[in-house]
Amino acid sequence: MKSSWRRALASLGLALALAAGAHAQTTLRIGLAEDPDVLDPTLARSFVGRIVFSALCDKLFDIDEKLAIVPQLAQSYQWAPDNKALTIRLRPGVTFHDGEKLDAAAVKYSLERHKTMPGSNRRGELAPLASVDVVDPMTVRLNLSAPFSPLLAQLADRAGMIVSPKAAQAEGDKFGAHPVCAGPYKFVERIAQDRIVLERYANYWNKDAVHIDRIVYLPIPDSTVRLANLRSGQLDFIERVAPSDVAQLKGDARFKLTKITEIGYQGITINVGKSERATQNPLGRDPRVREAFELALDRDGIVQVVMDGEADVGNQWVAPTNPFYAKNVPIPKRNVERAKALLKEAGVANPSFTLMTPTTADAQRIAQVVQAMAREAGFDVKIQSTEFATSLDQADKGQFDAYVLAWSGRADPDGNIFSFDACKQPLNYAGYCKPDVDELLKRSRTTLDTNERRTLYADLAAVVLKDRPIVYLYHRHWLWAYTNKLDGLRPIPDGLVRVTGVRFK
Amino acid sequence: MTAIVELEAVADARAEAAQAARAARSGVFARLARRPAAAFGLAVIVLFVALAIAAPLVAPYDPIATSFSAVRKAPSAAHWFGTDEIGRDVLSRVIFGARASLAAGVVSVLISLSIGVPIGLFAGYAGGTIDMLISRVTDALLACPFLILAIALAAFLGPNLVNAMIAIGISATPVFVRLARGTTLAVKAEEFVLAARAIGNAPWRVAFRHVLPNIVPPLLVQATLAIAAAIIAEASLSFLGLGEQPPQPSWGSMLNTAKNYIDNAPWMALWPGLSIFLLVLSFNLVGDGLRDALDPRHA
Amino acid sequence: MAAYLFRRIAQIVPTLLFASILIFGLQQLLPGDPAMVLAGEERDPAVIAHLRETMHLDRPFPVRYLYWLGGVVHGDLGESLRMQQPVRKLIADKLPVTLELASIAIVIALVIGIPAGIVSAVRRGTGWDYAANLFALWGLSTPNFWLGIMLILLFSVTLGWLPASGYVSPHEDLRANLAAMIMPAFVLGNAIAAVLMRHTRSAMLQVLSSDYVRTARAKGVRERDVVLKHALRNALIPVITLGALEFGTLLSGAVLTEQVFTIPGFGKLIVDAVFNRDYAVVQGVVLFTATAYIVLNLVADVLYAVANPRLRTR
Repeated sequence: MKSSWRRALASLGLALALAAGAHAQTTLRIGLAEDPDVLDPTLARSFVGRIVFSALCDKLFDIDEKLAIVPQLAQSYQWAPDNKALTIRLRPGVTFHDGEKLDAAAVKYSLERHKTMPGSNRRGELAPLASVDVVDPMTVRLNLSAPFSPLLAQLADRAGMIVSPKAAQAEGDKFGAHPVCAGPYKFVERIAQDRIVLERYANYWNKDAVHIDRIVYLPIPDSTVRLANLRSGQLDFIERVAPSDVAQLKGDARFKLTKITEIGYQGITINVGKSERATQNPLGRDPRVREAFELALDRDGIVQVVMDGEADVGNQWVAPTNPFYAKNVPIPKRNVERAKALLKEAGVANPSFTLMTPTTADAQRIAQVVQAMAREAGFDVKIQSTEFATSLDQADKGQFDAYVLAWSGRADPDGNIFSFDACKQPLNYAGYCKPDVDELLKRSRTTLDTNERRTLYADLAAVVLKDRPIVYLYHRHWLWAYTNKLDGLRPIPDGLVRVTGVRFK
Repeated sequence: MTAIVELEAVADARAEAAQAARAARSGVFARLARRPAAAFGLAVIVLFVALAIAAPLVAPYDPIATSFSAVRKAPSAAHWFGTDEIGRDVLSRVIFGARASLAAGVVSVLISLSIGVPIGLFAGYAGGTIDMLISRVTDALLACPFLILAIALAAFLGPNLVNAMIAIGISATPVFVRLARGTTLAVKAEEFVLAARAIGNAPWRVAFRHVLPNIVPPLLVQATLAIAAAIIAEASLSFLGLGEQPPQPSWGSMLNTAKNYIDNAPWMALWPGLSIFLLVLSFNLVGDGLRDALDPRHA
Repeated sequence: MAAYLFRRIAQIVPTLLFASILIFGLQQLLPGDPAMVLAGEERDPAVIAHLRETMHLDRPFPVRYLYWLGGVVHGDLGESLRMQQPVRKLIADKLPVTLELASIAIVIALVIGIPAGIVSAVRRGTGWDYAANLFALWGLSTPNFWLGIMLILLFSVTLGWLPASGYVSPHEDLRANLAAMIMPAFVLGNAIAAVLMRHTRSAMLQVLSSDYVRTARAKGVRERDVVLKHALRNALIPVITLGALEFGTLLSGAVLTEQVFTIPGFGKLIVDAVFNRDYAVVQGVVLFTATAYIVLNLVADVLYAVANPRLRTR
């Protein structure tokens, strides 16, 4: 009798222990707005992929809430006196998910992989990096062909992600199918267009800050559906909440909403020299017409209607809150009379042009609101909504007058302007090219002093914002919604979800 | 949805062709109007056509006039169907949107007919290698998913309403080729055609004067049903951003936008959706009515 | 029969060849450079050049087609550059999802369509008949994506009974899997049910007025048995055949429904691939679904021919 009691108690205890064990297994389900591309830091190219990387692959550096560079896999760093070499001391005791040690050789391998792998998207970001020396097992030196101020910011993004050399050598260009990095979570599986599953890496260098066992990323492009899944409990967290849903979410105590202004921007690129088209329409031909166009726009109104107020108005490549915002060129107020006067001066009272826009909902709203506002100043804007792949092609060939285009942004201001405004750069769809602007852009890259760079950007703003190859409209808020059981989320302006420190209450 | 209508029509056509041809000669319209369902369908179509034509007179507002102070307002006395995401009157947009949907339905089917029928007639009448070749190509086209064909064509031609019509028209053509060919084969064996050939009429003359008029009824039925399918196809393409260009309204593009506000502005999705439903339903009713009216078995 | 079958099977190859040339050609016509789409935000010219080379985009069109065809002959459908996975694996991944969705949809269609068709034929001219016909018209006239949105609004957003979207593998959680599948399967099944209902109805009407049914009635067979044993068995053949065809179209025809419910099946795979200019994926999936469609078509015709000996000579 007694023994059977004991047995029953023992099995009860076992059951409880199992239940407790099962309970402790926590999973964070994150709804993504897009399906990430290949999970290889060298080849990766999408914004959404960076969200997954932030749990999977640690970088040499990271950025914080105020866009300051903070060490991650690096422990400390030092610039050479001529600013042409950066010595990085690595964090000790870090291992990759396959157990290999992260040392100077691994860093050298990864950076060289970024530089030399065919199809690498990092080569451009690391262009001035000439060579990497292993100084000692835990120290590397990056030798540059010229001083390069955005380098730390680049190393705080995919270019600074270090992969396991052993795994990368074994997998070659298939590495992205089973990425092995040194982040808080390791790769488990991926079902294309469906889910990416990560699991806590037990030997992570900062494992005390990792509280959740598994993360599942689910791409759900439709924002309504994403939200519905959050509400029905299928997801714990969603990124890029539709601004129109904010009011409703705020009234729901089960969820929390956080927001932070992005480092990117939404703007309208104008063909000022990309092709013949630039000279064939008044907008591309005459800076006065572009000024009139900008004056016809009411940015506050656009943000209200297009984004339900969930964006900061702006007129530059960085938001007004950014340390590199040029205060000498403030946001112009809407002035329809002045716009009309300018058009009269330019001799075109009713300039007509086509506004090419991708078929996404945001872009379509912008186009229609801009069309309506510009009409009041006399503009005849024709909207040409173009499927994304085609719009890229046409932008590249200069087959457009104006183009609604957003940029996800980079931590360093250089990433938001150089490739757009320097002559012949790949993202310079406007076809803008001015020697003095190029000179300023180059100097801002080679100067490491922040104050000096600020002055250079103020000079740039004075020229570029008058020429208007891009009319900047606003900077979106990254909107995250998540269950109120979730704690420890830190919104960073780059919009990437940092999972360390996050826990279920 | 399209495929469904196609299959049904193709399956029926073979059997019906000959009988329908004979029945077609008298009083189809009168018989059609006597069927309450078909009459209802016809009335709705006429109403929509009238609305589309008289849109500027009927619509309470300019369909593209924005009002930034009245964004996503629920239905009210001023705006019976509410307003949309940039403050336009939904009722006015639904009324003007009838133009795009009707045009898309009718024009794309006309395109299918004008390409498909001559080819099908030719294949059926000529027979032999030509028929074999045309049939294989038709089969190949039918084996490719209809919407994928339409999407690819629309993307190729560039997104706008006219191109969407062309894309839908071309994608739906194989059905008409098959139908025209099948009915031609059936009619070809009829005595009056054999007689016309026997007395030495030129082949093209026999094909156009004797065969064509007799394959019209099943084609007409299919065309009506295909209009219904084409309206949905246009809405689908617009739903994917490949149809009517903003700010011009079409029901499909209105739905496409509305799905982003399903939670907080459901009226934006309700009305264009209902309109598509009603118009498509009406074309289906008329198509059914025509089929019955032309078919002596149901007369 | 053997000769007929042989001829039909021999036709499959040229048909598929035509279909593949057609899709391949159409894709080449699409504006937009796949390399540029794949190059991502930065659009580094070196990356674009590399991608063009990998995709053989620098070769003329017929050469590229032959590359592809050569691969297919050896069982290689190419690789998705966007997802960096073999197309064969993508198809293998998505096939169970699409098959499940299509199967549930067909079951729903059969369960609703056939009884509705029987009732409306047997009770011809009554309220039942009108109700069934009304249902069929509703099914034929509702745009799939709109119905999908409305169902999400009702069952997920308002009532909170079902997940709005998102696929769960049945191996992981069968209940969650079914919960996620029920709405999209209903949307698809609803339209097919309408077609099946109409065909059941007309087939039943035809059989019910035939001589042998009249004979059976005259012999005093109970009406219930007349309908279910005698009439239905004969009426079902064309309906089942049609069901097989509908199943074929479902394999690729659920494009918008999959989009609305974010079901990771063929439809979503192929639309995303078209928009991203992922040529190999479009090509491979269309080839696969076209084959399935043609084979199902053949099976349906053969079934029909077996049931209806008169057709064999056709």
